[in-house]
Amino acid sequence: MIAESGHYALVLALALALIQSTLPILGARWRDFALMNVARSAALAQLLFVAASFAALVTLHATSDFSVVNVFENSHSLKPMIYKITGVWGNHEGSMLLWVFILALFGGLVAAFGNNLPLSLRAHVLAVQAWIASAFYLFILITSNPFLRIANPPIEGRDLNPVLQDIGLAVHPPMLYLGYVGFSISFSFAVAALIEGRIDAAWARWVRPWTLVAWIFLTLGIAMGSYWAYYELGWGGWWFWDPVENASLMPWLAGTALLHSAVVMEKRNALKIWTILLSILTFSLSLLGTFLVRSGVLTSVHAFATDPTRGVFILLILCVFIGGSLTLYAWRASALKQGGLFAPISREGALVLNNLFLTTACATVFIGTLYPLALEVLTGDKISVGAPFFNLTFAPLFVPLLIALPFGPLLAWKRGDLLGAAQRLSAAGIAALIAIAVLWAWTRGGSAFAPLAIGLAVFVVAGALSDLAERTGVFRMPFGTAMRRSRGLPRSTWGTAFAHAGVGIALIGIVCETTWNSEYIGSMKPNDTTEIAGYELKLAGVTQRQGPNFRETVAQFAVSLDGKPLSTMMPSKRNFTTRASSTTEAALLTRGASQLYISLGEAAADGAIAVRIYHKPLVLLIWFGPVLMAFGGMLSLSDRRLRVGAPKPAKAMRGLQAAE
Amino acid sequence: MRERGEVRKLIVISFVLLMAAFAASSAYAVQPDEIMSDPAKESRARDLSRELRCMVCQNQSIDDSDAPLARDLRLLVRERIAAGDSDAQVIDFLVARYGEFVLLKPRLEPHTLLLWLLPPLALVGGGIALWVHGRRRSRLAAAKDQSTFKLTAEEEARLERLIAAEPSPDKPG
Repeated sequence: MIAESGHYALVLALALALIQSTLPILGARWRDFALMNVARSAALAQLLFVAASFAALVTLHATSDFSVVNVFENSHSLKPMIYKITGVWGNHEGSMLLWVFILALFGGLVAAFGNNLPLSLRAHVLAVQAWIASAFYLFILITSNPFLRIANPPIEGRDLNPVLQDIGLAVHPPMLYLGYVGFSISFSFAVAALIEGRIDAAWARWVRPWTLVAWIFLTLGIAMGSYWAYYELGWGGWWFWDPVENASLMPWLAGTALLHSAVVMEKRNALKIWTILLSILTFSLSLLGTFLVRSGVLTSVHAFATDPTRGVFILLILCVFIGGSLTLYAWRASALKQGGLFAPISREGALVLNNLFLTTACATVFIGTLYPLALEVLTGDKISVGAPFFNLTFAPLFVPLLIALPFGPLLAWKRGDLLGAAQRLSAAGIAALIAIAVLWAWTRGGSAFAPLAIGLAVFVVAGALSDLAERTGVFRMPFGTAMRRSRGLPRSTWGTAFAHAGVGIALIGIVCETTWNSEYIGSMKPNDTTEIAGYELKLAGVTQRQGPNFRETVAQFAVSLDGKPLSTMMPSKRNFTTRASSTTEAALLTRGASQLYISLGEAAADGAIAVRIYHKPLVLLIWFGPVLMAFGGMLSLSDRRLRVGAPKPAKAMRGLQAAE
Repeated sequence: MRERGEVRKLIVISFVLLMAAFAASSAYAVQPDEIMSDPAKESRARDLSRELRCMVCQNQSIDDSDAPLARDLRLLVRERIAAGDSDAQVIDFLVARYGEFVLLKPRLEPHTLLLWLLPPLALVGGGIALWVHGRRRSRLAAAKDQSTFKLTAEEEARLERLIAAEPSPDKPG
C-alpha cells in the first residue's frame, strides 16, 4: 500500500510538472497573470507530492518491506536503522528519487521566496525547472521505478554494500546532489533570460545567491566525499582522479567561475552573455555527471551497449537540454546588450582571468575524462588517463591563478592600479618569501617544489588577510576605528577573504601530505613495535568482535611519543556475511592538523597481521580549506545586498550600489 | 542476467561512492612480502607502480589496487628492476606485453595528440579570444564615443542659436 501510494504520488508529481512546464509560458505570452501564477502553486504542490513519494520509500526501507525489489536488493533486517534510511539513496533508483526531490525542493524555494521577482521571469524560470523535472520523472517511472514489488516476497534482504554502511553516506550524496541540482536554478534563470530576451543587474543579483547555495553544498559535498574515501578505503588516498570524482569536480570548477562572473555582471553589468553561457554549461556538466555515472559507460563502453535503456534515456535528456539550451543561446544571445567597459588591469579583468583559468581547468578535466571513451568508440583503441596525466596538466593551471588571486580583490573596478595593489601585497609577498626560505633551509637537499608551492599558498592566505587589514585599516588607525570599520565592511568582503584563504590552506595541506607523508608497510605480531615520524607504535593485541551485521578483527596499537604513552589506536577489519565482503576501518589519531593512520590487512596463519601505518603531516588542512571556502560562501550569502534581493531595477537599487 | 545484475550493482556503487568507484572490497595494496630489500629500488618500484594501471580495476593504479592482477604486475615491476632494467625499460616491457592501456599517462602519439594538445590550446585560444574581443570592444567604444560626441554642422548651428537666445543669468529679464 505504501509502495503504491509512493508510486502514485510520483505520477501525480509528473502531471503537475507537465502543467507547470506549459501553462506559465502561455500565460507569459498572453500576459495572463492567473496562468503565470499557476507556476507558483504547481511548483509547491509538486514538491509536496515528491516529498510524499520520497517519504514512502524511506518508510519502506525503515520497515524492511522486502516485498519491494529495491528494499530487498539493498537492505537487511539486521542493519542499524540509520543505514536503513541512508540505504534509500545508496542505490540507483533511490538516488534518482532523491535527485528529483531536491530538484523539486529548489523549484519550491524559488516559488516560495520569489515574490519580488518580475512575474513573467518567475513563470519562465519555474517552467524551465519543470521541463527538467518532467524529463527525470519520466526517466524514473519508465526505467528505474523504486516501488516495484516482488511476487513472492523473500524473508531477508541482500544487504547494502558494506562500504556504503558508513555515516559518510548519510551526508555525502545529499550534499552533492544539493550542489549538482542547485545549479539547475541558475540554468533555469539563464534559459528564462534567453526566452525573455532581457537581462539586467537585478537578474544577476537573483542568480548569485542560488549559485552560491549550490556551490557551498557542492564544495562541502566534494570535501566530505574525499575525507570519506580517505578513511574508509584504507590506503590513505584522498583524491584519485577517478571519472566519478571528475564528474563532480567539473560542475564545481564551472560553478566557481560562474560565481565570479556573476559578480562582474551584478556590479558592473558586464560579461552578461558569458555569465549566461556559464550558467548553462555548469548545469550541463551536472547532467553530464549524472549521465556518466548512471549509464554505466564508465565501467565499460560495452556494458553500456548491452544494457542501454537507462543510458540512452539519460543521453537523450542530456542532448535535449544541453543541445536545446545552447541552440537557444546561439539564437538569442546576440539580442542581449553588452554592458560596461573595463581596462585589462581592473577588478573585472582579474575576474575574467579567473574565469579563463577555471574554465580551462574544467576543460582539461573534461577532455581527460571523456577522451578515452571517445577514442574507444571511434577507433576501438583503449587508453587510460589517470592521476599522472591530471597532475601534469591540471595542477600547472593553478599556479598563475593563485599568483593572480590576491591581486583581484585589491584592484579597483573599471581601471585598477597594479603597482598599488602590489605595494599593498608586499607584506604578503615577504611572508611568502620567508616561508620559502625557512622551508628550503629545513628540507636541505629536498626538492624545490614543496617550498615554492607552500610559499605560493602562504602568499594566497596572507594576501587575503592583507586585503582585510587594508579595508579595516587595522594597522593604520586607532583600534576602535578599525573595529568600527570592520563591522561596516560588507559580509561579502569577509566571505571573499575567508574563501580565498581557504584555497591557500587547502594547498598547504595538499603539498605537505604529498611531500612529507611517511609510510610503514609490514607484518606485525603482538608485542612488535615500529616507529614512524617519531611516534612509537606497539601492537598490543588482536581480538575478534561481533557487530550487528558483521564480525570484526580489531587490533590495539599503543602509541607513544618520546617514551610517553599517548593513546590507543584500534583499526579493524569487518567481514559482512550477507554479501561475503569486507571493509577496513582505519584508525585515525589526530595531532593538531596531522594524523596517524593505521589500516589492517590480511592476518597470516602464524598470528602476524599485515598493517599499513602512515603519518600524514597537516593532512586535515586539505578538508579544512574547503570548509573555510564554504564558510566564506555562507558569509557572503548572508550579505545584506543578497538578502534584500532585487525586486526591480529601481533607482533606489542604483543608489545602494554606488554606496559601495 | 546475473552478470548484468553485477555490472549494474557496480554502477550503483560507483555513483553513490563518487569518490572511489572501484572499492567493492577493502583495498589493500602493496603487501609486506613484496617489498624489495633495497629502499632506493623499492621507491623506484613504487613510483613506477603509480603510473601503471590495474587493468581489471576501474581507473586504479597497481599501487592502490588489491586485485590479484595488480599484485602480479607489482611483482613483475620489481622483478624487472631487480634484473637491472631502467624505468623506461620497465615501462616499455609492460607496454609490449599489455598494450598502452596499462599506462595511466598516455604517451604522445597521433591518437593521443588531441588529448595532450587540447588543454593548452584551450588556454591559449581563450586568452587570444579575450584579447581580440577586448580590443574590438574598446575600438568600437572609442568609435562610438566620437560619433556620439561630435555634433553635426546642423546641431552646431542650433546649439549656437540656443546659447545666443538664452538670457544671461546676471541680467534678469
